[in-house]
Amino acid sequence: MAELARTTPPLSNPPAVEQGDDKVISPWKDAWRSFKKNKLAMVGLGIVIFFILIAILAPVLAPYSFSDQRLADKHLAPSGEHWFGTDEFGRDIFTRVLYGARISLWVGFVSVAGSVIVGSALGIIAGYYGKVIDGIISRIFDILLAFPSILLAIAVVSVLGPSLRNALIAIAIINVPIFGRLVRSRVLSVKEEEYITAAKAIGMKDSRILIHHVLPNSMAPIIVQGTLAVATAIIEAAALGFLGLGAQPPTPEWGKMLADSRDFIIQAPWTVIFPGIAIMLTVLGFNLMGDGLRDALDPRMKN
Amino acid sequence: MFSYTIRRIGLLIPVLLGMTFIVFMMIRAIPGNPAQLILGQQASKEAIETLTKQLGLDQPWYSQFVHYLTGLFQGDLGTSLKTRTPISDELWPYLAATIELSLVAILIAVVVGVNAGIISAWFQNSWFDYAVMLIALIGVSMPIFWLGLMEQYFVSIKWDLLPTTGRDNIRMPVEAITHLYLLDTLLEGRFDQFIEVVKHLILPGIALGTIPMAIIARMTRSSMLEVMRSDYIRTAKAKGLKMFWVVYKHSLKNAMIPVITVIGLQTGLLLGGAILTETIFGWPGVGTYIYEAIQSRDYPVIQSGILVVATLFVLINLFVDILYAAIDPRIKY
Repeated sequence: MAELARTTPPLSNPPAVEQGDDKVISPWKDAWRSFKKNKLAMVGLGIVIFFILIAILAPVLAPYSFSDQRLADKHLAPSGEHWFGTDEFGRDIFTRVLYGARISLWVGFVSVAGSVIVGSALGIIAGYYGKVIDGIISRIFDILLAFPSILLAIAVVSVLGPSLRNALIAIAIINVPIFGRLVRSRVLSVKEEEYITAAKAIGMKDSRILIHHVLPNSMAPIIVQGTLAVATAIIEAAALGFLGLGAQPPTPEWGKMLADSRDFIIQAPWTVIFPGIAIMLTVLGFNLMGDGLRDALDPRMKN
Repeated sequence: MFSYTIRRIGLLIPVLLGMTFIVFMMIRAIPGNPAQLILGQQASKEAIETLTKQLGLDQPWYSQFVHYLTGLFQGDLGTSLKTRTPISDELWPYLAATIELSLVAILIAVVVGVNAGIISAWFQNSWFDYAVMLIALIGVSMPIFWLGLMEQYFVSIKWDLLPTTGRDNIRMPVEAITHLYLLDTLLEGRFDQFIEVVKHLILPGIALGTIPMAIIARMTRSSMLEVMRSDYIRTAKAKGLKMFWVVYKHSLKNAMIPVITVIGLQTGLLLGGAILTETIFGWPGVGTYIYEAIQSRDYPVIQSGILVVATLFVLINLFVDILYAAIDPRIKY
């Protein structure tokens, strides 16, 4: 990150602070300083790290197998042996919630990474080349944004068929225009900067200018938006799973767990309570972190 | 103002066309033979051929798209494969149910959200302020389907306060006139039924209204805080006006402008959330209509359902944009 910041003039990033001994603090370091001061943001970061650790360590931490059925142990209430109780097939819910973190975070990160890559590419092309290409790409973004997002995701999955992979693709598609528009507007403003004119004057190639100057200058808003997008991606994946359009059994996906257990809510409410809390906490973590990042990285985006 | 409205509507046409195109292409994007997929593995060759013809898959897409568009302009939304009824004939009761639920949800969200935001700003940094902001933070992170399940468990099952599913009491069903049950029961003068309908609306209304409520509360608070720092508010305070009037009259008027935009955006988003809420509360709305169509691979219904909801979403956003320009004289277009 520091490397990145040094090669590019700080633009949207917080201004570098001059210290007494004339050392320039990189804008990223400065952002980290103000992020650290934000208590809620740090709580968010803590929650996110907590769930990432759970996702990585799930096989070590989990006391049982997430798919082995033991019908004799069906619908056991939470106890010392089964912290979160068991479901209708006698599977340990604590274990399934731990493994669920893997799925939700994976879908969240991978789908957002996909949207960022495709969205940035389209946004750069639209913003840098302008005219007809910009018109076409921008109209496509408008059209995609005109759908309520979960509806578009449902449409995509109903075409591709229900599966976790297709749910991920659907979520990636619905987020593409968000990043596309964001990068496009960054490109449009960066394009007018003098150092771009300078780069052109010394004969730098378009592709080099785009990668070395334009893209790094879009990093801050992409990181902010990306963090918030992971939160919505996790909720959307759970929603698709809940509707039976995402993960299929026996995958321990949180939304799917809720859907499978809702018929037993009277006998075994714990089967519904714990996966829901897991979704809510993870999403809360990313939301808090995203808000904090926005305040730290882009003072103008503060509300 | 007028020319702005016209221009705004003009910009909408390519978007609506594009949306229609995407929805139209859905069925053609299905990998393999869509007719085979819809009918299943055991289907006879003749049945597949008939369905292929019926769906227009035997013709080139452009002529079929023109055909589809012409149909739409004549109010033809296609025919359901399951019920064999024209979708335009069976859609309204579902749509009315969704509209009623969404209106109630946005009403709850606005009344609670705006007031919570105002009081939070008024007593900034008080325990009330912190509590509201905490609830709002949790509210935006809440998966609505889970909130719905929790409501059902605690309010309906444990304490038996409100009904779990449906729009009315099945033992005394509402006779539909407009299919907006709140209106129908009043038109029929059946207040006992009206109460029943209200009872059925509360839980799904809260579930659907929570996220917009949280967002509206946050927006109102920050917008109020900004306005309350301005000079004319200081003047109002200085001339000895009661704080209540300063807050609810002078500040609110100006703070409402960004809030209205948020309300408009949220009303549109509700339509998406309605699908989840409806499946939980057995609410017979468009969400349920689409959801059931997905289960039975009734693609014409999926297509038209999505198209209708998305069009509604676009129109609401248009309405909000125009309203926004109309109420704020500082905005010039």
